[in-house]
Amino acid sequence: MTQPSIRDYGDRGLMIECGSTTEVLALADALRSARLPMVEDIVAGARTVLVHLGAPGLQASVRSALADIHPNDSHSIEQSEVVIDVVYDGTDLAEVGAAVGMDVEGIVQAHTGTRWRVGFGGFTPGFAYLIGGDERLVVPRRSEPRTRVPAGAVALAGEFSGIYPRESPGGWQLIGRTAATLWDIGRSPPALLTPGMWVKFRAVDPW
Amino acid sequence: MVISLEVLNPGPLALVEDLGRPGFAHIGVGRSGAADRRSHRLANRLVANPEDLATLEITLGGFAARVRGGGVWLAVTGAGAQPAIDGIPFGLNAVHFIEEGQVLSVGSPASGLRNYLAVRGGFAVPPVLGSRSSDTLSGIGPPPLRAGDVLPVGRPSGDLPGVDHAPVSPVAAARADLRVIPGPRDDWFADPGALARTEWVVSERSDRVGVRLAGTPLQHRWPDRQLPSEGAGRGAIQVPPNGQPVILGPDHPVTGGYPVIGVLVDADTDTVAQLRPGQSVRLRWEQAGIAAAAQSGW
Repeated sequence: MTQPSIRDYGDRGLMIECGSTTEVLALADALRSARLPMVEDIVAGARTVLVHLGAPGLQASVRSALADIHPNDSHSIEQSEVVIDVVYDGTDLAEVGAAVGMDVEGIVQAHTGTRWRVGFGGFTPGFAYLIGGDERLVVPRRSEPRTRVPAGAVALAGEFSGIYPRESPGGWQLIGRTAATLWDIGRSPPALLTPGMWVKFRAVDPW
Repeated sequence: MVISLEVLNPGPLALVEDLGRPGFAHIGVGRSGAADRRSHRLANRLVANPEDLATLEITLGGFAARVRGGGVWLAVTGAGAQPAIDGIPFGLNAVHFIEEGQVLSVGSPASGLRNYLAVRGGFAVPPVLGSRSSDTLSGIGPPPLRAGDVLPVGRPSGDLPGVDHAPVSPVAAARADLRVIPGPRDDWFADPGALARTEWVVSERSDRVGVRLAGTPLQHRWPDRQLPSEGAGRGAIQVPPNGQPVILGPDHPVTGGYPVIGVLVDADTDTVAQLRPGQSVRLRWEQAGIAAAAQSGW
């Protein structure tokens, strides 16, 4: 890796800065493939990869090991695609439309027109931050988060799109809903969306 | 005959915990696990268990359970509480044998917060995603214990207990001094040195997700700037817009958007698990460079 910024995270972690979520996806995948024995978990974020180590005192040796890791080219990252059916009747459609200068039809076409990709997971089990969608759909989070967002809500915030796996508080802009099961502890694997997967949204009529 | 523990009274909160489920951050599942890993490990060692077998994490005592199907070796570690068998007190940090039909109880601690009960063979409840830990944020793993729950005890492996008592300093009730390594987002604060100069008090609104500290609010350098979501870890000190630090606990969310001013030295995260609401906390920068810079008014 060329001169990434790496900071100590306490005495048992390292935080690596990246230029974009696409870079994060590649780096996290390369780290996972390297299977460094001292690494206990890899937590990708929007612009960072946090590496949790097995014990204190390992940071120097992991920093050396990181110098030999080269982010994978795309054919070794997850490549499967999933289609998510969405009813585009979200509460915030009008507000999003006003913010981006499009009508509902335009938003739907932008959201479904290109493939998104799972950049990283977090926030709650089964939640995936989707990247790489239509650039016109960048909107801020809501200024006041809601105490209850329904399970299956399809949403936008910043550069990301996402789907709420279960009812929870949330500050993202709601544009639709899906019946897809994002998280099922009894299923193997329990999460529908994992880093690298491609996601195609498809507009459907209400069920 | 399967030996089991029937819960008579769980107290305010009793959870099955082991060393957690690392490696699932990519699907939004946190590690969870025992809040005071040192006490959990010691309890297991005293009964000659592998360290990763499940114990019961008992918060603020009030716990009682009856042994069924046979007798078992057990140990209680952690907070300054009084364990007893059929009402007869026995010592913390020591291994004891409890006979079939007898009742184990753990009283309310005079100091500290959490006790760990280990039985030889561990608690053999079904694991979820490779661990028996209860994650109170996501709900993954066994639910909190309730009266009437029957917990099976696993088959013991290894030799009979060799150590019968461990000399352990009692959990202190006085001010806690915790060591913090600066960053990664100490540069998001107008005066990071204030973290170490403030006498913080543990808030009642603390739990396994995080310990909230009350005190003079820390000032963010750019109040309107949003930090892109990034990974977080246990022991990280996250500061939301209200300036009141939160020390992340075992059930913290995998990613977060509030800047982390510093991260506790790993060994001190077990001390955090024993902090009581109202207790004073001082945080000390571990690196000399930051401490010197704070004194010079940077």
